[in-house]
Amino acid sequence: MRVGLFVPCYIDQLYPTVGRASLELLQKSGCEVIFLEDILCCGQPMANSGYEHYTTNKNYASPFLEALPNVDYVVAPSASCIYHLTHHLLKEELEQDKLQKFKEITEFLHDVKTNFVVQSYFPHRVALHKSCHGLRGLQLAKASELGGTAFSKIENLLNKVEGLHLVIPAQSDECCGFGGSFSVFENAVSVRMGEDKLKNVLHEKVEYLTATDMSCFMHLEGVFKENESVVKIVHITEILNSSL
Amino acid sequence: MKTLHANLSKEFLSHRKDADWHNDTLWFLRKKRDYAKDQLREWEQLRQAASEIKRHTLSRLPHYLEKFEQQASQNGMKVKWAWDGQEVNVLVTKILRENNVTSVVKSKSMLTEECGLNHHLEKQGFEVVDTDLGERIVQLRQEQPSHIVVPAVHLRKEEVGKTFHQFLNTEVGNSDPSYLAEEARNSLRRDFIKAEAAVTGVNFGIATNGSVVVCTNEGNADLGVHSKKVIIHCMGIEKILPGLKELSVFTRLLARSAVGQPITIYTSHYKNPRQYTKEYIIIVNNLRTEIYKDEGFREALKCIRCGACMNTCPVYRRSGGHSYHHTVPGPIGSVLAPFYNKEKNKDLPFASTLCGSCNHVCPVKIDLAGLLYKWRQKLTKETSQAVEKTLGFKASTELLKNKTVYKMAGKCARLKISSFVLKSSYNPWNKGRKFTDLPKETFREWYKRSNHEE
Ligand code: SF4
Repeated sequence: MRVGLFVPCYIDQLYPTVGRASLELLQKSGCEVIFLEDILCCGQPMANSGYEHYTTNKNYASPFLEALPNVDYVVAPSASCIYHLTHHLLKEELEQDKLQKFKEITEFLHDVKTNFVVQSYFPHRVALHKSCHGLRGLQLAKASELGGTAFSKIENLLNKVEGLHLVIPAQSDECCGFGGSFSVFENAVSVRMGEDKLKNVLHEKVEYLTATDMSCFMHLEGVFKENESVVKIVHITEILNSSL
Repeated sequence: MKTLHANLSKEFLSHRKDADWHNDTLWFLRKKRDYAKDQLREWEQLRQAASEIKRHTLSRLPHYLEKFEQQASQNGMKVKWAWDGQEVNVLVTKILRENNVTSVVKSKSMLTEECGLNHHLEKQGFEVVDTDLGERIVQLRQEQPSHIVVPAVHLRKEEVGKTFHQFLNTEVGNSDPSYLAEEARNSLRRDFIKAEAAVTGVNFGIATNGSVVVCTNEGNADLGVHSKKVIIHCMGIEKILPGLKELSVFTRLLARSAVGQPITIYTSHYKNPRQYTKEYIIIVNNLRTEIYKDEGFREALKCIRCGACMNTCPVYRRSGGHSYHHTVPGPIGSVLAPFYNKEKNKDLPFASTLCGSCNHVCPVKIDLAGLLYKWRQKLTKETSQAVEKTLGFKASTELLKNKTVYKMAGKCARLKISSFVLKSSYNPWNKGRKFTDLPKETFREWYKRSNHEE
């Protein structure tokens, strides 16, 4: 299976290890991985701030459209980018079955690579933050607001990691307060939400906090540092990719 | 570049204890709501049904409204139509004058709040008393409600104690909730006896039988309606439902979504006026047809004003209802507000992280986050924007679409000087956060270096 790896702009620039873990993890799952070098950004930062019209031009949509025929799936370690692609940027451009080819990485490993055996070792107490776009946007798990039977693709994967003690802190479904430019324009509320997240995580006495989205962590890591917290952040791909 | 909402939120959050209390109280309601919905296996089917009923009703709105008017008139109700808030106020004044009424008891209605009815009536010399406890508290303080279901949730009992002492002569420093509630009840009882007319809001209007349905937990609408000879129900055009069967879906959803109760304590159907009683229904538009005409936003009219989206919204809980500077706050308020004043309320659709929790709790499944997203696109084009904001996003757009520029900018950022700028206290990002340590190389650089490329 050929997979195009899309490494979003902020992961490329700020969290390269997440891109690396994603690449290796996809390879371990038996995929031929092609790094989609020409794709820089899905346009979400502008679109969520009301400037979608800056990004609908060929420079944003077309690299994705061009990449698609060469691969079976386009995978990214970022639910919010995949959400933006499938619900906004490419929504008018592609049929539903083509849109299905864009997958967040845990979704891909869970739903497509169903016989992929996670062979990882991460002997730590880890809390999970359920990032909004993954949780509600891509439905990687059932959000607490909804009725029906609970499920979680994220937890299913994490539960297979050897040595890992998974903890779901209080209000794990609640937004961390990032929200793109919200975090700058609405600084007070944003920081406050981050601090509350930290409080709930600290309560669990964990060593790590993990999530499917580094964008949450851009903000949370900053808040954690400011508050001199000992809790480290780690992207889910880095846990799944950590070896025995 | 701070918006009004951002400034008001900051102010609200600066009273840390009160803000914590606000957050915790509303989260408690959200948890109660979760518990209540978990008791019903058919919860999601109910939401689906409610959403479809509303969509259907809206698609034939004129038909159902006409049917409602016809039925209600046949029942002996006097049905009037009001185009906007001003017309509501004038109509109510006229009715009160015709009937020689000088004092009015009102039961909670966000619609009359929207029209500024209290203020108008008081200016005309009428005495108006809001009879919902929370509403009464904010009325005494001359404030606006900060929540559509719990209007005084921004106040703690100590403040209520002070307010009651000032206006209702309660003991100094006594803020015992039972004492205060008892005193409020005594004073309201006097108001109920004294008043000559009752005004209520309407939760649902039933097209098949022409009745109006009012849901309250305190029974205050009933106290007014049952004891007065002049009764006025003010109903927004979107409140209409086809029939009683459809209503049953909503009575199951409303209170559970709002506060986690299985049902509202009083769900009263007013159909036929009693003998010697004049009962009016004012059907109000007030910009609803504007929303109706806009296909992209029409679903906002499905709202049954349960307040669940406010209770769940992490931004609302932390910034308080008044930070939204509009009658209806929170997610649904931010969707409605720009219809009332685009320029003034242009900040509200941005006062959200688009986390989508509101979509999930909404009993009629309004795509609130999607509508906020849609507003952002429209408002950016149709209202004035800070130049630096537009330029900033224009620059990022260019940066993120051009590989060479992107790579260069990334390289620069890794240089010490840029890193200093990024981490400086002038960078707005660093208020309450510390900028992350920049890695030595990007993923692209690593990929190239580690021989992944020829
Ligand atoms: S938008 Fe939905 S959740 Fe919010 S008040 Fe209206 S019905 Fe309730």
